[in-house]
Amino acid sequence: MTAQSIAGPAIRVQGLVKSYGKLEVLRGVDFDVARGSIFALLGSNGAGKTTIVRILATLLKADAGTAGVNGFDVATQPANVRESISLTGQFAAVDEILSGRENLVLVAKLRHLKDPGAIADDLLRRFSLTDAATRRASTYSGGMRRRLDIAMSLIGNPPVIFLDEPTAGLDPEARIEVWQTVKELASHGTTVLLTTQYLGEAEHLADRIAILHQGRIIANGTLDELKQLLPPATVEYVEKQPTLEEIFLAIIGDDDPRDTAGTTTRNRG
Amino acid sequence: MTAYFFADTGVLTGRTLRHVTRSMDTIITTVITPIAMMLMFVYVFGGAIDTGPIHYIDYMLPGILLVTVASGISYTAYRLFADMKSGIFERFQSMPIARSGVLWAHVVTSLVANLISLVIVVAVALLMGFRSGAGVLEWLAVAGILLLFTLALTWIAVIPGLSATSFEGASAFAYPLMFLPFVSSAFVPTESMPGPVRWFAENQPVTSIVNTIRDLFALQPVGDTIWIALAWCAGILVVAYVFAIAAYRRKIA
Repeated sequence: MTAQSIAGPAIRVQGLVKSYGKLEVLRGVDFDVARGSIFALLGSNGAGKTTIVRILATLLKADAGTAGVNGFDVATQPANVRESISLTGQFAAVDEILSGRENLVLVAKLRHLKDPGAIADDLLRRFSLTDAATRRASTYSGGMRRRLDIAMSLIGNPPVIFLDEPTAGLDPEARIEVWQTVKELASHGTTVLLTTQYLGEAEHLADRIAILHQGRIIANGTLDELKQLLPPATVEYVEKQPTLEEIFLAIIGDDDPRDTAGTTTRNRG
Repeated sequence: MTAYFFADTGVLTGRTLRHVTRSMDTIITTVITPIAMMLMFVYVFGGAIDTGPIHYIDYMLPGILLVTVASGISYTAYRLFADMKSGIFERFQSMPIARSGVLWAHVVTSLVANLISLVIVVAVALLMGFRSGAGVLEWLAVAGILLLFTLALTWIAVIPGLSATSFEGASAFAYPLMFLPFVSSAFVPTESMPGPVRWFAENQPVTSIVNTIRDLFALQPVGDTIWIALAWCAGILVVAYVFAIAAYRRKIA
């Protein structure tokens, strides 16, 4: 069911402008996202991240500028855009009254796929939700719900996935689970546009990072390119101090602590 | 995309119907108000109300059925608002489906849920002594009018369901609708009301609908009243639909 893949960037945004009444949310946003990459839109609350995602997902019309997804224009070819994407909302949009399996079957049916039951069972296995398959989603923990949410987005293999604040409100363990899922997605060629206000998340996951501030992209590049915007780092040797997160994960027995422990800290300017 | 309109609407209706069958308390709270009113009117006030040769419960059941629908559609607004708030409405709207199917699923579910409530209320009325000589045709006509009335009120319910900012706001609109039968021929004959009130009572939609259903139950000729009743229902339906679609366009590009 996915639309034909078309050459060029997976997402192209040019001169995007959007106001709510007198409040200018987007004031000329430009960026491209390469196919198969993870692109992070970084910004504080109210910077306009969600507005961009809503425009790209054909839920909102821009006042000016153009946006294309998978080669299709969001304003003139919205049906093709919807064939190409999946959206996971800021608040995990799962049906709380249905079971996890029923949620997956529902999406598979709406995407007109053959054998929705088998698709659901496969995803339940992949996302370690088989044991909870028949329980109502309202009984799930935050991390399980987010996994279900992402699993629902994968049905039909859309080439572009929007993750709007995928780890907001999750505990560290659940956050790492989501990060692993996102990395896996990109390794299979899916383009991921991720919005986040957690700097560590963008640093950890993204191939490119754009910083959205007051309705404009004020920086856009790889992490190394962004680092060069600042004066050269000076190297200082300091005693290795574990972060609270590492301590937390070590104590609760997570055997896969992130490799964020560093023996050096960069002391800028 | 429209090729899938019926398939998509069917799938989405299956989902919302599960919301009803998995929270039967919404059906119970829907029917409890009309049943309590029926008990009060029949066993407390009814003896003092002169409805001529017709038994009081036979007189007031049509009005109670309209109260049941008015009470039921507040859950239509509630369910739609819950979908808006949770974000699942947007998830569906960003998928390659017939988008209007999301609304129609709520509308069909509203019709089914109200039908269940109406059957329960009629069953209680039968236990309390309601009797009608109506045959299959008359019952079908009553069902048809109630269905059209439910459809009209359902589209009214879609408006707050889409545009409310709180659960209270989404369902509060139903209270004035539940009150409307009181200022009509539903529970007392309009002849006893003072001038302006009587004029309002005799010219508002509930009276023509109630009189039509009452005549159908009593095997009396319905005359022009049925056309006035149908015109009211159709008129409300069209106006509510236009406003509901406008509210929908404001929410979704």
